Amino acid sequence: MTSETIQPPKRSPRRRSFAPRYPGWLTAPSLIYYMIFFLGPLAILVVFSVATQAGFGSVSYTFSTSQFKALNDPLYIKVFRQTMLMAAGGTALTIAIGYPVAYWMSRYLTRYKTLALLLVIVPFWTSFLIRTYALKIILDPQGYLAHFVEWTGISSQFNVLYTGKAVAIGLAYNYLPLLILPVYASLERMDWKLVEAATDLGASPFKAFRQITLPLTLPGLITGALLVFIPMCGEYVIPQLLGGGQFAFVGTVIGSNFLGAQNWPFGSAMAIAFMVLLSIFVVIYIAFATREEQFGA
Amino acid sequence: MSDQSIDYDVEFRAITKRFGSLVAVNGVSLKVRKGEFLSLLGPSGCGKTTSLRMIAGFEQPDEGELLIGGSDAVGIPPYRRDVNTVFQQYALFPHMSILDNVCYGLKQRKVSRRERRAKAGEALELVQLTGRDSHRPAMLSGGQQQRVALARALVMNPRVLLLDEPLGALDLKLRKEMQIELKRIQDQVGITFIYVTHDQEEALSMSDRVAVMSNGVIEQLDTPRAIYDHPLTAFVADFIGDMNFLEGRVAESADGGYAIDAGEGVVVRGRGHPAGAAIVRVGIRPERIVVERGNGSGTANSARCEVLTKMYLGDQVQLILRLANGSEFVVREQRTSAAPAIDSLEPGDTATARWDEAAPLLMADLQPQKDGE
Ligand SMILES: Nc1ncnc2c1ncn2[C@@H]1O[C@H](COP(=O)(O)OP(=O)(O)OP(=O)(O)O)[C@@H](O)[C@H]1O
Ligand SMILES: [Mg+2]
Repeated sequence: MTSETIQPPKRSPRRRSFAPRYPGWLTAPSLIYYMIFFLGPLAILVVFSVATQAGFGSVSYTFSTSQFKALNDPLYIKVFRQTMLMAAGGTALTIAIGYPVAYWMSRYLTRYKTLALLLVIVPFWTSFLIRTYALKIILDPQGYLAHFVEWTGISSQFNVLYTGKAVAIGLAYNYLPLLILPVYASLERMDWKLVEAATDLGASPFKAFRQITLPLTLPGLITGALLVFIPMCGEYVIPQLLGGGQFAFVGTVIGSNFLGAQNWPFGSAMAIAFMVLLSIFVVIYIAFATREEQFGA
Repeated sequence: MSDQSIDYDVEFRAITKRFGSLVAVNGVSLKVRKGEFLSLLGPSGCGKTTSLRMIAGFEQPDEGELLIGGSDAVGIPPYRRDVNTVFQQYALFPHMSILDNVCYGLKQRKVSRRERRAKAGEALELVQLTGRDSHRPAMLSGGQQQRVALARALVMNPRVLLLDEPLGALDLKLRKEMQIELKRIQDQVGITFIYVTHDQEEALSMSDRVAVMSNGVIEQLDTPRAIYDHPLTAFVADFIGDMNFLEGRVAESADGGYAIDAGEGVVVRGRGHPAGAAIVRVGIRPERIVVERGNGSGTANSARCEVLTKMYLGDQVQLILRLANGSEFVVREQRTSAAPAIDSLEPGDTATARWDEAAPLLMADLQPQKDGE
C-alpha cells in the first residue's frame, strides 16, 4: 500500500441498480377498484350501523350507538357463540380429514401428486350451491347412505340431516381444499431427514411426528385453519340447507335483518361487530406467523 | 477371524440390498471391531450410505444377516438401536435451541432434566462449543452446526457412531481442523466410529481401518498403510493416491522375482509371483519414480520418456511423461531443495524414468473379499 490517500470511488450519476423500478401510478387502477368496491361497501355499512331505522325498510341517517347496544342481548350472544362453536367444530373436522390427506399426498405419492392436487381442487369448479344440495341428498334419512348405515347396524336410525352434524359435515366438505393446500405446501417444504434424526435419537414415529413434523408444519396448519374458520363463521347457505334453519349462524341473522325484517342498521351493526371479532383471530395469526417465520423452511 | 477374543460391534454377513433392479450393496461381509475407527471409502453411488443406513435401521437388508453388538438387528426399528448417526446436512431441529437439540435423545430416554442438562453440557464441551446453548441452529456457522450434530449423537453414548460424510459441506481448511478434532474426540470417548467418505486422504489420515468400496462390494479392507502400499486390485490402487500402470507379458518368473515386457524396450522387474495369467498389470506410485535428464535406456526398470507437461503443486513439482511404449506416467518430487532435479526438465525434453525393484506392485483382478476380517 502506498502512502497516497485513497480517494473514495466517484459515483457515476448514470450508475443505477438493475432492479426493476416501476412508477407508482401503475397501481392506480387496482387502487381505484379496491376503493370503490371494497372500501365503499364497508363505508356504507359503517354509516348504516350508526343510523336508526325509520320504519320498515327506510333509514334515518343519525349517529347513534343504539344498534350496537341492542346486540348485547342473550339471544344474539347465543347466536355469536353458536356460530363460533360450529365453525370451530367444522374446522376441527376439516383438520382431522385434511391433514392426513395432505400428509399422504406429500409423503407417499410420487407419480400421481399433481393428479391428487387436481382432484382436491376440482370440486371448486362446480357451484357451491349444487354441491351442498348433493350433500343433502346423500344425508337424506331415506337415502342410500342411510339405508347402508342401518343395514350394517352401526346405527338403527340414520338421522343426520337437519342436525349440527350435517352442518359440520357440510362445512368440512366445502372448505377442505382451503385447508389441504397450505398444509400440503408446508409439508412439501419439510425436511424429512429431521424425522429420521429424531427416530435415530430414540423417538417413536408418533413422537417424531408430534415433536418435529407437527411444529414445523404448524404455520401452514394455522394458515389453513384460519382460512377455513373465518369464512365458516360467515356461512349462510350451509346452515340453511343442511341445518334446516335450526342452526342460526350470525350470517343467517344478518341476512334475515336485511332481507326479511328490512332492519338495515341493525344488520350492519351486527356485521361490523362480527368483523371486529374475527379480526382478533387474524391479528393472533399474524403475530404467530411472524414469530414462526424465523425458522420456517 | 483367528482371534475369537475380539468383540465385534457390527457384523455384516453377506448382506445384499436392492432398490428395484439396482443392487446397491452386493453380498458384503464386514466385521467392525469394538472401539475402532473404520472408514467406508468409495466413489459416489458405491453403496456407502446404504450400508450405513442399514446399520442405523433406516433400510433393511434384502439378504444376509446384520448383527449389532452380537445380536440380530434385522427388523429392529432405528429408535430401538444403540446406534446414532451424524447426518451430512446436520439435520438439526430448526425450531429448538442448541441445548434442546443436544438434549433431544436423552429426553426420549426419559432422563431427568438435571441430568440431561449436565450431560448435554459435557458433550458440548467435548466438541468445544459452549455459550451458544440458547441459540437456534440457523444462527450458527456450518462448522458449529456440525459440532452440535456431533454432540447430539455423542451425548447418547451409543455403541456405534455412524458418520455420513460429516465434513462434506465444510471448506478445506475447516475440514482439516475438524478431522483432527474428530480423531481426538474418538480417542477420548472410545466409541466405535463408522465413517463414510469419498475423500481418500480423509479416510487414510483418520482411520484404523479402511474399507474401499466399489459397485456395492468391498474391494479391500485393511489399515490405511496396507491399502496404500499393497493395494489388492487395480481399482483400489487407482482410487487411493495416484498410480501409474504398465501391462505386459511375463517374460521371466523365478524365485520371488519376475520380469514383464511392456513393449518398446520397457521392461519391469519386480518382486513376487505373477499369478497364472500370461498378461499381468503392475502399478508404480509416482513418488517411487526418479526422472533424469538424458537418454539412458536399455536396462530393466528404466524407461526412455518424453516430458509432456510440468506443474507446480505448491510443495511438489509434477511431471507427466510419455514412455517409449506410449503409457503416460505421473511423477512427483518434493521441493525440499531450492532447485529439485526434476525442475530442470521442460516439456518436450527427453529423459529417463527409473524405479527400483520394490516399487512395482502386482495387480490382481477383482476378487471380492469373502471374509470381512
Ligand atoms: N432410496 C433409494 N431408492 C433407489 N435407489 C437408491 C436409494 N438409495 C440409494 N439408491 C441407489 O443405490 C446406490 C448406492 O447409493 P448410496 O447412497 O449408498 O451411495 P453412496 O456410496 O453413499 O454415494 P455418495 O458418495 O454419492 O453419497 C446408488 O446407485 C443410488 O442411486
Ligand atoms: Mg452417500
